[in-house]
Amino acid sequence: MIRALALWLALAAPAGAEAIVAGLSQNRVAITANFDGSEIIVYGAVRRDAPPPDGPMDVIVTVEGPPAPATVRRKDRRWGIWVNAAQVRIRAAPTFYAIATTGPLDEILSETENLRHRITIPQAIRAVGAAADAADFPAFTEALIRLRTADGVYGVAEGGVAFAEETLLRADVTLPANLTEGRFRVRVFLTRGGAVVDHIETGITVEKQGIERWLHRLAFRHPLAYGVLSLAIAAAAGWAASAAFRAFRGA
Amino acid sequence: MQLYLPIAEVSVNIFVLLGIGGVVGLLSGMFGVGGGFLITPLLLFIGVPAPVAVATGANQVVASSVSGVLAHVQRRTVDFRMGAVLLAGGVVGSGGGIWLFDMLRRAGQVELLVQLSYVAFLGAIGALMFQESLRALIRSRRPGEPPQRRTRHGVGTGLPLKLRFRASGLYISVLPPLAIGAAVGFLAAIMGVGGGFILVPAMIYLLGMPTKVVVGTSLFQIIFVTAFTTLMHAVTAQSVDMLLAVVLILGGVIGAQIGTGIGLRLKAEQLRILLAVLVLAVAGRIGLDLILAPDELYSLAPGRLP
Repeated sequence: MIRALALWLALAAPAGAEAIVAGLSQNRVAITANFDGSEIIVYGAVRRDAPPPDGPMDVIVTVEGPPAPATVRRKDRRWGIWVNAAQVRIRAAPTFYAIATTGPLDEILSETENLRHRITIPQAIRAVGAAADAADFPAFTEALIRLRTADGVYGVAEGGVAFAEETLLRADVTLPANLTEGRFRVRVFLTRGGAVVDHIETGITVEKQGIERWLHRLAFRHPLAYGVLSLAIAAAAGWAASAAFRAFRGA
Repeated sequence: MQLYLPIAEVSVNIFVLLGIGGVVGLLSGMFGVGGGFLITPLLLFIGVPAPVAVATGANQVVASSVSGVLAHVQRRTVDFRMGAVLLAGGVVGSGGGIWLFDMLRRAGQVELLVQLSYVAFLGAIGALMFQESLRALIRSRRPGEPPQRRTRHGVGTGLPLKLRFRASGLYISVLPPLAIGAAVGFLAAIMGVGGGFILVPAMIYLLGMPTKVVVGTSLFQIIFVTAFTTLMHAVTAQSVDMLLAVVLILGGVIGAQIGTGIGLRLKAEQLRILLAVLVLAVAGRIGLDLILAPDELYSLAPGRLP
């Protein structure tokens, strides 16, 4: 891996004083029947033409799952029981979002750069939509982040990037078992004094494979055939069980 | 060992699933019920989304009912004509239930619908069953008293469209069985249950059918109602998880085998009291969730990727 990196470093000729090169331990994740999460390693190096300027350099790594709409609902007490009352439609929220950095985000990234590159989780959620009650709209996006963080699909690891000699970087990102299929966007940012010096973007493809893929496709593309197959399996299992019991009792 | 469920899109421990299937199979073997009323709450508890839990629960009940009805067909304790009439009502009820389920799913109230119907129906049936079996248990302790005789006068003797049901020895109108079938079909669709726990008492007390044909006929009708429900859920919401169903069925088959053995060693009154307690416990647990303030007020319903 190191040799490949070195070769890449030699071949890459980016413009500017400091540039980043990065790679992934894998660019394809297969969700199989026994899928229990996966770990990907983002590695890279900083290429310099001149001695680095003053001030510490920092790294931010983001891994973002495909965006999807979501509905956040809030329970309220009605007639003595707790029911879903208010709801807010979120137009697009990433199904997965992990951030790893070399230090505290508010120190290494300025607000303007965050807005421009949509780096932090609240920035990654496009919450614009028809709000049921816009007054406490932020409470709903906060709840979305809280729920997804509890599920392990959103996470911020400040200090999760190892950055040796301000040159070699490595971040380990854990992909949980409850992943959504699609293209995952991986971005690596170099910052100095809150400003983004350089960034690079690559991707990972996450897809169901084998029986998972086959069943999911069948369920959505041929729902009737899928339903009939489910019933056939159930009926066959019921018949087999009854036949087995009879043989068992007969013996 | 984790198993990733392709439709529910959650990863669960395969032994937990086998355990749930096993426990439900155990109970269905012991008490002769489908066990759907337990599967749905247990699946919700381990994090399977409500639509998937209900639809897959219905699919699992198909398997356990097929297995059960075959034994009854051999013993000739299935009234096929009554089953067909109940079924005709059941299909209409199930269609209505699916429609309501789909509408409320869009409105975000499907959990509430499932919870309320569980509390109402399980609570009522459990309380009735508990009271009735307690009385029977007390009566059996006092051997002097003669057992009470139930008069065989079902509803539907004075209504039009009469039909002869030979296996049940009845000559009654088809309207009450149609209505009962429809009510059970409706519940099957919204609760993911077969509805045996409602159908069996309704057939005995409302229609006046002899007890020996009740279980077989109820199972016969449940097969088709839950099959129809499964199919409708698969087509309208793509919410049947085949992999989940297969593991549940596998656990259920093993559990039913053990359950039948335990059931044969217990007395009928003891069995019914145990079942009543279980039904009440499930209803109580779900009811508490509705009344107590939840830890997390917010919930998330993911949308489909475009």
